Amino acid sequence: MTLFGHRLPLFAKVGLAIVAINLLVAIFGPWLAPYDQSQSVGDTWAPSSAQMWLGGDQIGRDMLTRLIYGARMTIGIAAATTALSFLIGITLGFTAAVLGKWVDVALSRVVDVMLSIPQLIFALIILGVFGSSIPVLIITIAVLDSTRVFRLARALGMNLTVLEFVEAARLRGEGLWWVIRREILPNAAAPLISEFGLRFCFNFLFVAALSFLGIGVQPPYADWGGMVRDNAPAINFGLWAPLYPALAIATLTVGVNLLVDWLLSIDARPSGAQAEM
Amino acid sequence: MPRLIATRAGLGAITLLAVSALIFICTQILPGDVASAVLGPQATPENLRVFRQELGLDQPAYIRYFNWLFGVLHGDFGRSLTNERNIIEELWPRFLNTLFLASYAAVLAVPLGVGLGILSALREGRFSDRFSNIVTLVAISVPEFFVGYILIIVLAIDFPWFPSLATVFEGMGAAERLYVATLPALTLVLVVTAHMLRMTRSSVLSIMSTPYVEMAFLKGLTRTRVIARHALPNAAGPIISVVALDLAYLIVGVVVVENVFVYPGVGQYMVDAVSKRDVPVVQACGLIFAAVFVGLNTVADIASIIVNPRLRHPR
Repeated sequence: MTLFGHRLPLFAKVGLAIVAINLLVAIFGPWLAPYDQSQSVGDTWAPSSAQMWLGGDQIGRDMLTRLIYGARMTIGIAAATTALSFLIGITLGFTAAVLGKWVDVALSRVVDVMLSIPQLIFALIILGVFGSSIPVLIITIAVLDSTRVFRLARALGMNLTVLEFVEAARLRGEGLWWVIRREILPNAAAPLISEFGLRFCFNFLFVAALSFLGIGVQPPYADWGGMVRDNAPAINFGLWAPLYPALAIATLTVGVNLLVDWLLSIDARPSGAQAEM
Repeated sequence: MPRLIATRAGLGAITLLAVSALIFICTQILPGDVASAVLGPQATPENLRVFRQELGLDQPAYIRYFNWLFGVLHGDFGRSLTNERNIIEELWPRFLNTLFLASYAAVLAVPLGVGLGILSALREGRFSDRFSNIVTLVAISVPEFFVGYILIIVLAIDFPWFPSLATVFEGMGAAERLYVATLPALTLVLVVTAHMLRMTRSSVLSIMSTPYVEMAFLKGLTRTRVIARHALPNAAGPIISVVALDLAYLIVGVVVVENVFVYPGVGQYMVDAVSKRDVPVVQACGLIFAAVFVGLNTVADIASIIVNPRLRHPR
């Protein structure tokens, strides 16, 4: 099996399979789920049975159904966040690189200060002020995460703006947008794609952690981090209930990481030392 | 060199000032009114006015910022909105608890992570290196709470050696404290060690591919000697920054881990305040975490200036 003209090693195949399955479940969830997400069908933490493969949750809803609906919520929020973060980060990063001078200095200093507060702590501060809702969650994490994308995009842009073809485009009198879109972006695409995978993982874990802390996605929506939190008391009876959603989170991040690891390794081959960036 | 270090320390102080301003802007100046958030929709305009005056919200923002900063520098973080108690009195013992947990984890994780990292760089490509690569990749990919719950299932339920809740209280003996905090510390150790191992390995390997290391090999030196004399002294700088990064990561990891094990630290206090929307407490905890973070980074920079003679002269 080949992808982008490269043979896939075993670990990359495993990663690809995990990501594909998760995406399918997230998209087709409601048709796959055996029950409704808010329907109580058994006892609290019912043991697994033919009707409820993974047993029940803390109020007797079907664990498998909740996991399937949770995939949609958790993966959807992480994907939306990462997309928004890349939009902001790439635009500002390339703008800083192309314009240089005070624009670059101003943006870079703001990012430096934002990066000197740990991301989770920063998110807690913002959510503490605004309260938690899904739009606030997405915008907060996206803005915080865009600082990292900014750093990468700026570094990539800096290396590209000094090249002749960008110079030529500028001398032709092309505007800022044209230069960013037609000259810089296509040449920076490869490292940005693998970065997208890493940032997605990070944001996905971040959303899960916030929901686990009770300040992310709020009930009645099913999401994996919140499910771990809600089912946590079961652990004291030696039950596995909170481990299923935690395992789902862990599997997806491992899968994406395996895939990204491989992408980075094929990305590194042609230009050697570039991979470190 | 002292001048360079002083400059770096000064830069750290400026960063901290900027961070405090940013936290203040986020909590006070952004739209959203603390008074109406606390009093709820039933509040009358009269109530709101009195409450705002009580909080000093009727003053301009920059005056409130300097008042706040002045208070913080004197150890006064204001009062909690929900229980009216002095924040510093609640924050201080929790801060010590968090510091205890983080140092407990750091003491175990730093030698383990750096040591194993160097070891797996030395054994690059062998089975043990590839094995540790996969194990650490899994360990850094999974959320902290997953590691925490697995440890609870194994070490507190299946083999009831450690308590699953890390309840510490004042007047507890040091040995008992260590025992109770073992599971949360172990969770942090696993996650941080894996990350440190990977970063140390890659920074040692990047030094191993430099021309002077190749030269040392070509001179006929043994592998151990090349590594001990040529590679490691140059890897010290990057390794120090890795350690600092991971200690900073520990500070954040602590928030989640404290909530898994119901450990009475700053992280739990902050999350609690966030869900109650107790802004002054959130502000205070945020500032504490950010200060520790900035402090660690500054210390790491100064340490790498000291170990690397090439950084001592500003270019």
